[in-house]
Amino acid sequence: MSWKASVVAELAEVVANAPVNAEYRHLVARCSDMAAMAAPGQFFQLLCPQPMGEQPFLRRPMSVYGAHPDRCEVEFLYKVTGAGTRGLDSLEAGNRIDLVGPLGIGFTLDSNWQHIVAVGRGAGLATLAPLAQAAHARNIGVTAILSARRPELVVSVDLFRRHGAEVIVVTDAESTSGPANVERILRRLIAEKRCDAFFTCGSSRLMRVQQRLAREFRLPGQVAMEQQMACGLGLCFCCVRDFNIAGEIVQRRVCWEGPVFDLMEALP
Amino acid sequence: MTTMTAVDLSVRIGTLTLRNPVMPASGTFAEGLDRVIDFNRLGALVTKTITRELRTGNPLPRVVERPGSLINAIGIPSKGIAHFVEEMLPYYAAYDAPLVVSISAPTAEGFASLAAEMSLPGVAAIEANISCPNIEEDGKAFAMRPEPAEKVTRELRAATALPLWVKLTPNTVDMPEVARAAEAAGADAITVANTILSMAIDLKTFKPSLGNIMGGLSGPAIKPIILRHVFQCAKAVRIPIIACGGISTAEDALEFMLAGASAVQVGTATFVQPAAMITIIDGIAAFCMRREIARVAELTGGVLIEEADEPDLAWLNPPT
Repeated sequence: MSWKASVVAELAEVVANAPVNAEYRHLVARCSDMAAMAAPGQFFQLLCPQPMGEQPFLRRPMSVYGAHPDRCEVEFLYKVTGAGTRGLDSLEAGNRIDLVGPLGIGFTLDSNWQHIVAVGRGAGLATLAPLAQAAHARNIGVTAILSARRPELVVSVDLFRRHGAEVIVVTDAESTSGPANVERILRRLIAEKRCDAFFTCGSSRLMRVQQRLAREFRLPGQVAMEQQMACGLGLCFCCVRDFNIAGEIVQRRVCWEGPVFDLMEALP
Repeated sequence: MTTMTAVDLSVRIGTLTLRNPVMPASGTFAEGLDRVIDFNRLGALVTKTITRELRTGNPLPRVVERPGSLINAIGIPSKGIAHFVEEMLPYYAAYDAPLVVSISAPTAEGFASLAAEMSLPGVAAIEANISCPNIEEDGKAFAMRPEPAEKVTRELRAATALPLWVKLTPNTVDMPEVARAAEAAGADAITVANTILSMAIDLKTFKPSLGNIMGGLSGPAIKPIILRHVFQCAKAVRIPIIACGGISTAEDALEFMLAGASAVQVGTATFVQPAAMITIIDGIAAFCMRREIARVAELTGGVLIEEADEPDLAWLNPPT
């Protein structure tokens, strides 16, 4: 039996790397077919260039913001928070970026669903974004509840709208992002039969609201989890989290068994 | 103009012949890597350390990076023997690269009974990770001193007919003595070495960066230290040495072979470049072609040192 790689380790070409707002930057890279096949919720391990005076050693996991097999491109949305992302920030069009992926288990969409709800905050907004296109392609409607500190820091709004999704922005500045208000919105969507499943990333408070509603209304859900990673391939066991599997606490590797997990099994 | 057409990459570790000298370091290898590299290109496959008891591992964070290095305190999570026998052994049976099973136990008797139980069809060798705490020695690792190293190796030797590799720790002042003890007790090879005990503190929180407070340093930063250990151990024993410590390139592997290693293990480098082992194998072959070295095994212990040249280590023991 001849062996074939299903994860690539390659040098992709940076097509663009520009700010989208005061916090987030958008990186587009031209990659191989296999990398461009990345599914929503999957991630890549990026080897970040060394910024002046700093030496990030490990790769940085980055969820896929967009993947385009037609033009062999992958997109990432990132916030500069440490040595790795400071290195990414220095990349310019034409530079090379060393990436490994696609990695992990992404979101799954059931063709029986009519309408799903995506609830995200922070980096979770980038992780949920590719769901918009995937759901649209399967004729599944989407309502995206996008949470941020201030309205100008919300990302992915245009992307969701472009794929026909309804977008509800909630922010700390307008006091609309609290769990109570998000719950109110979700209850309305459930009552209107526009929530066949929950998809969430980036806020444990909002995850707990959805878990409660999923239990109450017997709805399925998926959550993309984050954790510090080293290998990204399930080798090292540094990215484990606890999950509640039928009443038993079980450790799972976020990089390998996830990063997308059953909403009801996730623990904050 | 070279006249050589092929390099013999095979090496022998006691009775075991490997197709090339490159294999993973225990703890950094699992089935997920087969998405990136073909396991049948490797010299051997080395499992994560198996323990009899179920272990969940250490509290998080379990890793912290430092320039050119990684500190880990994963804590050997283990699903126990049954999981290995039922799930992992059949999985690895699909590959023809020899399977080396890494084991650990808190007592010499525990090591012996585990080695006996792991001596199964499909297992090519046992690597005893004796760098772990020995509860009979107040938690000090077996490999910290020659006597407990000898005792555990002797019991392991009596318990298995498989090739026995003993993995030593660099956290001892006298590794060559420990190596000699393992050899005297019947080890077929020694793995030199393991991670170096270390620490990091987070200046934002004033807390240790690792949940376990201390952890093991690995990666390119430790390579020169482990190279010296391999060189010293090679002078102390006649059994083969498998080098492990910071190897990330073919050049690193070649240095270790010249220092006295018969084979090398690659660990942390795989986290940064998942295809590192393949790049290293190809690089070793290319080097041998270029230098017209017909058999890679010829390199072992090939470092050129004049008879009269002894390193001056007096500065290590200044007069008091």
